[in-house]
Amino acid sequence: MTETLTGAQIAIRLLERQGVRTLAGIPGGAILPIYDALGQSSIIHHVLARHEQGAGFMAQGMARATGQAAVCMASSGPGATNLLTAIADAKLDSIPVVAITGQVPRAMIGTDAFQEVDTYGLSIPITKHNFLVNSAEELLEVIPRAFEIALSGRPGPVLVDIPKDVQMQPIEIADWPAPGVRQMPPPADALAISEAAAMINAAKRPILYLGGGVVHAGAATVAVDLAEKANLPTVMTLMALGAMPVDHRLSLGMLGMHGARCTNLALDECDLLIAVGARFDDRATGKVAAFCPQAKIIHIDIDAAELDKIKTAHVGIAADVQEALERLLPLVSENARREWNTRVDELKRDFPQHMPDLDQPLSHFGLIRTVAVCLDDEAVIATDVGQHQMWVAQGYPLRRPRQWLTSGGLGTMGFGVPAAIGAALAEPQRTVVCFTGDGSILMNIQELVTAAEENVNVKIVLMDNASLGLVHQQQTLFYGERLFASQFKATPDFVKVAQGFGIAAVDLDTAANPCAALMEAIARPGPCLIHASIDVQQKVFPMVPPGAANRDMIGA
Amino acid sequence: MNAINRNEQRALARAVLEIDVNNHPGVMSHVIGLFSRRTYNVEGILCLPVGDGSCSRIWLLVNEDARLPQMMKQAEKLEDVIAIRRHHADHAVFSELEDFFRP
Repeated sequence: MTETLTGAQIAIRLLERQGVRTLAGIPGGAILPIYDALGQSSIIHHVLARHEQGAGFMAQGMARATGQAAVCMASSGPGATNLLTAIADAKLDSIPVVAITGQVPRAMIGTDAFQEVDTYGLSIPITKHNFLVNSAEELLEVIPRAFEIALSGRPGPVLVDIPKDVQMQPIEIADWPAPGVRQMPPPADALAISEAAAMINAAKRPILYLGGGVVHAGAATVAVDLAEKANLPTVMTLMALGAMPVDHRLSLGMLGMHGARCTNLALDECDLLIAVGARFDDRATGKVAAFCPQAKIIHIDIDAAELDKIKTAHVGIAADVQEALERLLPLVSENARREWNTRVDELKRDFPQHMPDLDQPLSHFGLIRTVAVCLDDEAVIATDVGQHQMWVAQGYPLRRPRQWLTSGGLGTMGFGVPAAIGAALAEPQRTVVCFTGDGSILMNIQELVTAAEENVNVKIVLMDNASLGLVHQQQTLFYGERLFASQFKATPDFVKVAQGFGIAAVDLDTAANPCAALMEAIARPGPCLIHASIDVQQKVFPMVPPGAANRDMIGA
Repeated sequence: MNAINRNEQRALARAVLEIDVNNHPGVMSHVIGLFSRRTYNVEGILCLPVGDGSCSRIWLLVNEDARLPQMMKQAEKLEDVIAIRRHHADHAVFSELEDFFRP
């Protein structure tokens, strides 16, 4: 039986068939036919963001929390340009997002029509792939393909730009295409796997280096199995936090610019680095020539272009990291590796992460730990970008893959609140905490009203130092204490702002019992802003100065 | 494209890349964008459809420098790139065109 449907109706039906149940966006002239069709869908819940960047980060929050591709929508022109930052962020952190944008009718493309912008051209360098759809028929191929591309190989964002006349074009449909699903890459090279196993078995001082790819591939369990079987001390990138519980006996936590001293010193001594789903980012390696100077390198990544990009691998394996680790595991021999682990334990004892004032709930680490005490591992922890982000990365006991949502590669202030809303929409059974700063929250503060409208279970912990803290820190340390444009002279009353947006708010500064006020705020369902002033003089330490080797950390 | 930078001045040799791509608007931007964003100058570009026109072949003349293997890997990742092959600079495709480029 055939039915006659417009391009817009086809697009929505294809999203339903993909399993999309929630999407975020903002309508506008050039995407109104799609919104008209979306309004008729009884399956898809549309979340009305207040800025397209918010919609983009909500989709990211859904995708990061679940691993499924998530959708955001915007109209042409400013709608599309407002999405770009969230799309670029998804590209750098390899997050499967499908962005659908309206475009002016095909006959008007290239005429500088109202709200016309070259969305296709603008999105080329920040998407994994992009489409400008030429006919309603093409949607049947493009939309499933967009999901397949977003999810397959190294995940990433895909943009589909749909001109308004294509949305309105009616065609007859007899058959629907299969939904786009993740395609598996070819299996890992057997010879390389056995070579890697032999190198691990022969290594005296190996370290396992986990990146975000381990989380994306669902390989955290097998990575921990490998670490335990061969007793491999394990470091994680910012993106991989949670892949191995930080309090696991083999965990050395986060490496790099703000890693603990013991972590970077252990890397300095290792003779074999097993990089899995990691890309040797400059914030992780510091000065590359001095990174793991004694080590041979095994590099496993689904993206062949990552192998040998920064560091030449002795064994490079382009494969799905879960498949590769599962095949590696039986070939790696059990080994207590007492000498090396004793040395690593010494380093941990002598050079631990310094966390002052843990028992003070209004100190930065104390606040983070008090929040952790109120929650279990089922909670999702999102952050914005800045000092608070690094302190949470250093201090929060992350124990579960996909527990941790943070903007790593692009480092986008404004990520936290909408990403947390997205995570809460996708996983309503979880409590979602968003740690943010007074600089970051203002970059997408408008989404507080979206949180109120959707009544999401999001607790925003605002660490307020009335400054752009990391800028303040760098100016203090590296620019002769010439503080400029890093301290806010006027600051909003965030409690009133939150209440004005319609969400509950509590100020720990004035609470008679801050601990009790915090616990109560977290336990109460629904959105809540928790405000706490922190000391602007506090720094993120230790720190590797820009351009320095990781061994040359400053600060405690 | 971009002005020649120090990396490229140091490059003595050139290479010719032969890239099979799907033929639709935007593919050239995807391929060339990989070079321009890295300030990697493209010295020559030639592109024509192949066979029934569903595919095209792009020939690029580029300076050979240390980044070329990474460039090729990045190009291989593009959805619309079917295959990429590397040739020496003396490949006939550009040398036979020289008559059209006399000052």
